[in-house]
Amino acid sequence: MPVEIDSTEKFAGYAHPERLVTTAWLEEHLGSDGLVVVESDEDVLLYEVGHIPGAVKVDWHTELNDPVQRDYIDGAGFARLMARKGIERTDTVVIYGDKNNWWAAYALWVFTLFGHEDVRLLDGGRDAWIAEGRAVTTEKPEPRRTTYPVVERDDTAIRAFKDDVLTHLGNPLIDVRSPEEYSGERTTAPAYPEEGALRAGHIPSARNVPWGKAVADDGTFKPVVDLEEVYRAGAGLSDGDDIVAYCRIGERSSHTWFVLTHLLGFENVRNYDGSWTEWGSAVRVPIATGTEPGSVPSV
Amino acid sequence: MVHGRGIIDRVTEQTLPPVLAEISEEFLAVGEPDRLQLLLEFSRELPALPTRLEEHPELLERVAECQSPVFIVAEVTDGAVHLHATAPEQAPTTRGFASILVQGLDGLTPQQVLDTPNDVAHRLGLAKAISPLRLAGMSGMLARIKRQVAARTA
Repeated sequence: MPVEIDSTEKFAGYAHPERLVTTAWLEEHLGSDGLVVVESDEDVLLYEVGHIPGAVKVDWHTELNDPVQRDYIDGAGFARLMARKGIERTDTVVIYGDKNNWWAAYALWVFTLFGHEDVRLLDGGRDAWIAEGRAVTTEKPEPRRTTYPVVERDDTAIRAFKDDVLTHLGNPLIDVRSPEEYSGERTTAPAYPEEGALRAGHIPSARNVPWGKAVADDGTFKPVVDLEEVYRAGAGLSDGDDIVAYCRIGERSSHTWFVLTHLLGFENVRNYDGSWTEWGSAVRVPIATGTEPGSVPSV
Repeated sequence: MVHGRGIIDRVTEQTLPPVLAEISEEFLAVGEPDRLQLLLEFSRELPALPTRLEEHPELLERVAECQSPVFIVAEVTDGAVHLHATAPEQAPTTRGFASILVQGLDGLTPQQVLDTPNDVAHRLGLAKAISPLRLAGMSGMLARIKRQVAARTA
């Protein structure tokens, strides 16, 4: 059974306040029936260093990705994963992680591909929990194995493939990478290795809104009025838009997908997980360089 | 054997210096989940910086290939290489890699360090458990160590 929602005032302005919980709410609800807390980090060892008591780890690299094909696990694989983590189909899942919840948002997006209904993010992520001095443990829970139904992944609603992006051109595209990656100075985030794409730049007509513009100084999501400023006034998005977000491999753009979908209430937002590591290496797709979006190409 | 950078086709034939070879064997001797546990243990063993370096962080070089801030310095005194590295507690994977290199290379001669195969990161059996980007980070650390050693012995 789903757990009650966090009625914190800060969340009230968001389109779907039920998608976020505060650290205080989580601490108070730890151990509740029907609540599973999931940690999903970029650093695969971070959970082992210490995690929220009772939280299980979901590793994006080894558990959410298919080991052979560049794709996510299938319905049977997801059902096995959920069973192993002790998650029921009707459970409330709260996900948190390092780096401002990049990988947590990515995991949440993958859970959503499988239609897991009640999945929320911890506002502020792992850093907030730790900075506030809340309890952590290295003790790993041994969840009771559950029976989770095999649900086929739905790639149509919130996931975009390269061909979808080609036909999407002319509609809003949000490139959430750093300005240096967008302009084509480099193919990877600053301080990350140069790797992953043969060409640098952005998809023509995409607006550059780095993911971090959605985050306040304390690591939590900005209030709705500030988000409106960034995405509506700043990036020109308006109600009814069909939007695609992308980054390098789809993790930072999951973060923006979460903001646009759950905090601002846009109904047609897709994450292009192939992102720049695919587009920047694909043959004959249009690319723009420099700081301007560039015009919509005819393809 | 003296070799230059970029001689990739010979890499697999090269042998690791003794301590790194032991570490590599230790990793390969256990199953994959235990390898991560082992890396975690290494991350806890990374020695703190000596005070003289803590007071002069500018002497350390940032490893740009790593996703987390890791700083490294290779000193050469009396014909032996001494390594120091620092990385945040909240970046255990990076700390683990730094710790392996510090333990594996400290005390070797400059030539032994320069001769260390570039693919150390791929000899720990972590390819499935850890993303390629992170393994590239460890290779980046080694490359920077070698460059510093080469510069200091030139």
